[in-house]
Amino acid sequence: MTLGSVPPKFKVSIDRDQCMDCGRCIENCSYGVYRREGDKILIESRKCTACLRCVSMCPRDAISITEKPIDYRSHPLWTRETREDIINQARSGKIILSGMGNARDLPIIYDRLLLDACQVTNPSIDPLREPMELRTYIGKKPKQLKFRKTESGDIELDTKLAPNLKLDTPIMIGHMSFGAISLNSQLSMAKAVKEAGTFMGTGEGGLHKELYPYQDNMIVQVASGRFGVNIDYLERGAAIEIKIGQGAKPGIGGHLPGEKVNEEVSKTRMIPLGSDAISPAPHHDIYSIEDLVQLIRSLKEATEWKKPVFVKIAAVHNVAPIAAGIARSSADAVVIDGFRGGTGAAPKVFRDHVGIPIEAAIASVDQKLRDQGVRNEISIIASGGIRSSADLAKSIALGADAVYIGTAALIALGCRVCGNCYRNLCPWGIATQRPDLVSRLDPEAGAAQVSNLIHGWTLELSELMGAAGINSIESLRGNRDRLRGYMLDEGMLKILDVLPAGA
Amino acid sequence: MKTVRIDAKCMHYTPLNQKIRAAVAEGAEEIILDNVLGQRFIGDGLRGNVRIIINGVPGGDLGMFMSGPTCIVNGNAEHAPGNTMDRGMLVIHGSAGDAVAHSMRGGKVFIKNNIGYRGGIHMKQYEVEARPVLVVGGTAHSFLGEYMAGGLVLVLGIGKEKAMTDRGIGSGIHGGEIIIRGDVDDYLLGVGAKKFKFTEADLERIAPIIKSFCEQFGYDPAEFLDTNYTRIGPASSRPFASKYVWE
Repeated sequence: MTLGSVPPKFKVSIDRDQCMDCGRCIENCSYGVYRREGDKILIESRKCTACLRCVSMCPRDAISITEKPIDYRSHPLWTRETREDIINQARSGKIILSGMGNARDLPIIYDRLLLDACQVTNPSIDPLREPMELRTYIGKKPKQLKFRKTESGDIELDTKLAPNLKLDTPIMIGHMSFGAISLNSQLSMAKAVKEAGTFMGTGEGGLHKELYPYQDNMIVQVASGRFGVNIDYLERGAAIEIKIGQGAKPGIGGHLPGEKVNEEVSKTRMIPLGSDAISPAPHHDIYSIEDLVQLIRSLKEATEWKKPVFVKIAAVHNVAPIAAGIARSSADAVVIDGFRGGTGAAPKVFRDHVGIPIEAAIASVDQKLRDQGVRNEISIIASGGIRSSADLAKSIALGADAVYIGTAALIALGCRVCGNCYRNLCPWGIATQRPDLVSRLDPEAGAAQVSNLIHGWTLELSELMGAAGINSIESLRGNRDRLRGYMLDEGMLKILDVLPAGA
Repeated sequence: MKTVRIDAKCMHYTPLNQKIRAAVAEGAEEIILDNVLGQRFIGDGLRGNVRIIINGVPGGDLGMFMSGPTCIVNGNAEHAPGNTMDRGMLVIHGSAGDAVAHSMRGGKVFIKNNIGYRGGIHMKQYEVEARPVLVVGGTAHSFLGEYMAGGLVLVLGIGKEKAMTDRGIGSGIHGGEIIIRGDVDDYLLGVGAKKFKFTEADLERIAPIIKSFCEQFGYDPAEFLDTNYTRIGPASSRPFASKYVWE
């Protein structure tokens, strides 16, 4: 082999004075970094992914992990990553597979947007004292309301209202399928959203029967592979989401590798054991925007118009007119997934190079729908890289009704963003189907952690709104006057419709 | 047998489906729909064992998500009849458009004449209780059984010199089988599809389906009960396994 090996990504070392030789690192590492030989724990650093499972389980803080222990000659163009990718492909001739969200060091617009607060001229509101209205309704709203007078002289609503989802907080959990993640992860999140009065997505993996008790808080997904989709599944969901695209890999489908298709996954997806679960790039019954209308209506017709239907698209260059087309169909909400959205597995070139930032997409979709006079009729759900309550508040101020979180919820379950989700070895029991690993995640504890996160963000959102003198989420939505851009260029400020700091 | 007759003339599909559901709820065993002209979604998500006779031309997505009923169409059908269908049967006394039996998971779709592009695309199966069957009396256009993950597509080519003359048969197929009357030229096969010899055991397996098809359309099954077929299946159940390398 003329290429030789590339330097290990991480260097693992054990402080032998601290180590009590308990062997927890060996038990916990599913990647096989540690092994015992005689009375010594040996280390194979090359296998380390920096998932930090060993570090978090070591009772003596004896383990340290260093990233990039060996330097290449530094070069601004031929970075370590570009060199290693070339070596990898020179060896294999294949597509490089990666996990989690975009890993390039590109500017983050959220971090260059600043929120407003009241001083003197208008009073801020103390959420401890005053009620803060965070309740959000997702779904179609009527253009206008009609009333009629009854015989007894009462006034009654004449307009027939479309079904909506009622959220106690504008934070939902996005679609991560059973298959990509474990049942215990889904159960943890399902218990959490039920407790928090919000919703989560099933992903394109069907609905496992253990999730039936939480079905009123589940949004069922219909994607191009139609896995697990039948009339029972559609009727169980609180809402139905058609997945057209995903921020991590716009324009392509998904392949759940056969290794992850065990008996339970095969039963829930209704596919044979061990076969690849292939979701084609397009839906083969949708080749146009007219066909999309037909799929939406087929789902509504099947469920007797009792469920809201969402359409999820990846944020791409022409996201605004695409969303406007969706708004004109019978869809109740459009979900926009930005280019930082996570995934269990995506070709690296797609994850890192295709799509646009969610911040710009929210602003341009909201603007387009307002220009066309339909913004009030359809909800916007934003996702893809929402890290904190600040990102949440900024998303709503840019024009979203609610957000989906994904990676943040997984971090609340233990994920350390090592990005090896596609290997079925997740030592935190999240992105794996291996029973011994899955059992490490206790759904009760997981539910408490995810629910704590949602509560924490909800409290912070109330405080941010109160400080800005806003007591209702509707007054924050699309309120770009409460944002200022810091070190953003003029073109971006124009797209965001936000003034620069100081203006 | 309790029969309900519905005149669908100038009726939108939603009230039409509501009438069908109401009739099923009231115990109808047969529903006759007259003057059907382009109404989509007939029988969409419908359960039960009702038999629906459709006189006219139904619109797209006939029997979508359907789980149990039988629909007999006295006419042609638009695109995607049997889309994501679960159980039951569609019998079409004519031709049908594109994406027939798209993502179908169970039940049977019998088409007397021809179908358009992408017939049986992404059909899938789970164990034995859910195994979809699509039988086409005439011929089909390109991408027949594309991405197929399970089930059976059978093309009889009745009245044709060759049952299939369009390309891309079974491209991306990773489960199930496509059986075509007579020989199939190699260049018609899609990527990942492979020809297999059609054996006596295969014939025994599909004979009940051939008989059932012939019974619906009044053909003599004896004409079709021989081994003059080509069986096309997947070259691998993991067509993408060797496409990727880890980061």
